Amino acid sequence: MIDELLLRELTPAVTGVLVRRGVDFATAEDAVQEALLQATRTWAEQQPADPKGWLVTVAWRKFLDAHRAETSRRHREERVETEPPPGPTESADDTLALFFLCAHPSLTPASAVALTLRAVGGLTTRQIAAAYLVPEATMAQRISRAKRTVADVRFDQPGDPATVLRVLYLVFNEGYTGDVDLAAEAIRLARQLASVTRDEETAGLLALMLLHHARRPARTRDDGSLVPLAGQDRSRWDTALIAEGVAILQAALARDRLGEYQAQAAIAALHADAPRAEETDWAQIVGWYDELLRLTGSPVVALNRAVAVGEADGPSAGLAALAEVDPGLPRHTAASAYLHEKAGDLPVAARLYADAARSAPNLAERRHLTRQAARISQQISR
Amino acid sequence: MAKYLLLKHYRGAPEAVNDVPMDQWTPGEVEDHFRYMNDFAARLEGTGEYVSSQALSPEGTFVRHDGEGRPPVTDGPFAETKDLIAGWMIIDVDTYERALELAGELSAAPGAGGKPIHEWLELRPFMGEAPTVTE
Repeated sequence: MIDELLLRELTPAVTGVLVRRGVDFATAEDAVQEALLQATRTWAEQQPADPKGWLVTVAWRKFLDAHRAETSRRHREERVETEPPPGPTESADDTLALFFLCAHPSLTPASAVALTLRAVGGLTTRQIAAAYLVPEATMAQRISRAKRTVADVRFDQPGDPATVLRVLYLVFNEGYTGDVDLAAEAIRLARQLASVTRDEETAGLLALMLLHHARRPARTRDDGSLVPLAGQDRSRWDTALIAEGVAILQAALARDRLGEYQAQAAIAALHADAPRAEETDWAQIVGWYDELLRLTGSPVVALNRAVAVGEADGPSAGLAALAEVDPGLPRHTAASAYLHEKAGDLPVAARLYADAARSAPNLAERRHLTRQAARISQQISR
Repeated sequence: MAKYLLLKHYRGAPEAVNDVPMDQWTPGEVEDHFRYMNDFAARLEGTGEYVSSQALSPEGTFVRHDGEGRPPVTDGPFAETKDLIAGWMIIDVDTYERALELAGELSAAPGAGGKPIHEWLELRPFMGEAPTVTE
């Protein structure tokens, strides 16, 4: 068996070595991908004693081969050194530097996601394309354009962790299409990032991902339909992931530098902490939504806060809070339907659920909202 | 093999036989409908005839170029009378008859009262590739 995860763990460090030997990032990244492919072919027989050393050697040879082909194409007479030049070979900061480069602010979110998954995550272009349901050629173009965009960025230029976190958050939210589990991959990358930085928000995002991932087995039925939080079988939540997420979050919160991911993780932790839905500490959750709203000013947060207020202080308080939120927001109608149902106004709730189903942003939500509309219509007609 | 597009309309198609809107079905009828749709796609994957399917949001806009240096003009949202595509399924089958048969089965998805919807689906053949052998 090939240890594919080990291969992918080593990817950024190996790329770092080549870049420190003077190879430009785009070329180094290609050479490392070639080496990864060769490893998947040959490691099945026997894994080398020093996997990283093996990858560095093979990636370096791939680089030399490509360089030779290039120079002969151009009919150049330059001699290529066959041995690596002296000088620093690697640094613990390589992984961090690579994260910053792949999430560089000059990249569009889609490009940063693709480049991060390939250059840091060690996924092949084909795997990334399958995960995002686009043709492989399209994804290959997206990645090579991204590499050109960051061609002039210095490799060890310090970056803003927030840009990297946004990229990982996007990957996590994409979920699980194709044969690559993007949520699990985002968690792996967040762990890797957290191991090379003490940034509180990185810890916050990792905690948030772990706490949400812990609920995944309970979130969908076998047929793919959604189970809302209140209806989930909590015995199916992964308690080990919850414990880990809570511990990471508490350590981050203790450093007293609150940010949006820590606040979101705190909300997820409060849900995870309730043995039954009825025991949820909604008052504390509203408190964290207040913090989150202060930090972000996001209308989406205000919408979710209104639902939490409805749980903490009753549906009319929730509807009052919802009235302050832009009605054009996605899921506004669904939130309104839910609060009207709680308030006992079933005819309005049924109509709103049906409206919400029509404007749902995805099929799973549309079906869920259609079921709600049908359920309430049946209650009314009884 | 030939590819066909099965188009489902929000509106614009002739009226279905069992035309009760879904939010007036019972929860059990809704479940049966979803299950039928899932099973249909899974069965076509099993026979090697499924290509892809996609649902579309009901909102939409017409857009056109409005001259160099000017932003595109939009016209919309769509008028209430506009034909509106709800989604599609692409199948790859041996014969036109098989495509008809499958479209008929999809149209028989259960609706209100557990009875088939008899919904009108639009069946459109793809333009194929030019053949390699021409004589």
